[in-house]
Amino acid sequence: MDTKFWIIQAFNGISYGALLFLVGSGLSLIFGVMRIVNLAHGSYFLLGGYVALSVIAATGSWALSIPTAALAVAIIGLLMERIFLRPLGFDPLRQVLLTVGFAFLFQQAALDIWGGNNMDINPPAVFNNSIVIDSVYFPLYRVFMIVMALAIGIALWLAMEKTRVGAAVRATVDDAQMARGVGIDTNRISMIIFALGAFLAALGGVIGGAFLGIYPGLDFEMLPLAFAVVIIGGMGSLGGAAIGALAVGLADNFGKALFPEVSYFTLYAPMVLILAIKPTGLFGRE
Amino acid sequence: MSSEKIKILVVIAVLLALAYIIPHSTSFVVLLATRALVFAILAMSVDILLGFTGLASLGQAAYFGIGAYLAAIMTTRYHFGLNWDFWLLIFLGMLAGAALAAFFGLFAIRASNVYFLMITLALGQCVWGLAYRWSSLTGGDNGINVPVRPSFGLDLTNERTFFFLVYGFFIVSLLLLYILVRSPFGHSLAGIRERELRMRILGYNTWLHKYIAFVIAGAFGGLAGVLWAFTNGIVSPETVVLTTSVDALLMVVLGGAGTLVGGVVGAAIVFGVREYLSTLVPWWQYVLGGIYVLTILYLPSGLMGIPAHIRQWWIQKSKDKNPKKLASVTS
Repeated sequence: MDTKFWIIQAFNGISYGALLFLVGSGLSLIFGVMRIVNLAHGSYFLLGGYVALSVIAATGSWALSIPTAALAVAIIGLLMERIFLRPLGFDPLRQVLLTVGFAFLFQQAALDIWGGNNMDINPPAVFNNSIVIDSVYFPLYRVFMIVMALAIGIALWLAMEKTRVGAAVRATVDDAQMARGVGIDTNRISMIIFALGAFLAALGGVIGGAFLGIYPGLDFEMLPLAFAVVIIGGMGSLGGAAIGALAVGLADNFGKALFPEVSYFTLYAPMVLILAIKPTGLFGRE
Repeated sequence: MSSEKIKILVVIAVLLALAYIIPHSTSFVVLLATRALVFAILAMSVDILLGFTGLASLGQAAYFGIGAYLAAIMTTRYHFGLNWDFWLLIFLGMLAGAALAAFFGLFAIRASNVYFLMITLALGQCVWGLAYRWSSLTGGDNGINVPVRPSFGLDLTNERTFFFLVYGFFIVSLLLLYILVRSPFGHSLAGIRERELRMRILGYNTWLHKYIAFVIAGAFGGLAGVLWAFTNGIVSPETVVLTTSVDALLMVVLGGAGTLVGGVVGAAIVFGVREYLSTLVPWWQYVLGGIYVLTILYLPSGLMGIPAHIRQWWIQKSKDKNPKKLASVTS
């Protein structure tokens, strides 16, 4: 175990964290704004990957598949929020259960449309190259993932901090009732955030599909990881989601490499501790 | 006769009918009913938390899993529990479930509402992670095969005999849990569900009440797990995966939380659709997902709430018909 090992593992962890950021940030925002624990979030990830596969099969363009899949799933999320979640009113348990019901429906729909085989999204051949620095190989695709997550993260941060809508979102996260009181249309904010969350998760699905593969069951594999990100980082906090994603990505990689027998345990046990000590997460707003 | 007594009589009649009908069905149905009954025990343990204490747990598979793995490891490695010591194994399974819940409860009971849901999810994932990765103990992804069933005078390889064994455990569990929820302790739990702050002001140690309920639920989860190991014949990370916890929770909500037997109805429907309907049609999961969504949207009190809805509707209707008569009664 030399420096090379540490560098490669850290790099892999960071790039995995980049992917987790895409899934986790949406979940975090949805919870922050609407207090909905969205158990269908993993499904958005999976659907994003599948839609991208179809777009690639139809047009042959990988670059086109990314925005198309993300937008398509954003629309699904939007409809789900408008038609089902909104009329349900405020009852956390019923909301959670409803999203589970949808997770099962999406699972079946995906199975019917795309079948049960493990499929791969193949990015253009350029991404098969690696950047070599001092005889350490950094796969270009993983570099792309990090860049992509950074770009999305910065764009989200700017939107949240510098725009009017962003300020309204932050106000809603802090105190939805007060936000309504000062004339913020929290109903519309919820709609936007839910669609945005679905968009980000689907984006993660397209990008992650290239090295995780796309297969039935991936939805419920990603879901607990996304929750780990949200809980460690804190709900409704973008910066928290970034740090949570990085922590989970690194813990997952180093855990698997150093102590494989307890690797998932080392991932979820800190999540339990944080929830028990500070339920709003390390960076969550009180 | 009070409505409570009528309900009890209906439940007894249905259970007796099941005990008569099921063994006369095909062995496929017998196995299906056995599996559903094991999950019914798990669902009832969830209902103790959800329906009677107001805590939605998304990690009940952890206790189910520890019971199942305990049974699998004890029987395959140490040949323990295949004889009369099966009863000891059942006891150990409940003890393991209770002990795990006693440990997890220290973390989980601090949280409430959605946070309880998430902390139990995380705790469940811890157990799943160990089951999945700790290969030297759990057999990793492949799990552990449990090829033999215990034998002590009864021939449990016979599916019908085995059904009656599980049925017996189910009846005893139902009875014990019913006594629990009807006890003063059970009433305090309901008080906590309705308004925890008021109970605390009245001097109840609500933390301890919730903690004990959590441990009891864990014990019955462990019991269901031991039975599942022998019913299913294999214990794998699949047993403790998040979807098992989700299933158990949905069974309760589907049937009706706070009714105990609601979880049984839910388990019957879920297994009926998943294992019976799935042999007939490929789109069975739409049916299951659809039932979930519709129940949550339109029947917040679950399927067990339907009679009450009908009665409500009936009263409303007769009130519309002759408003005078009812008005005089109410005044």
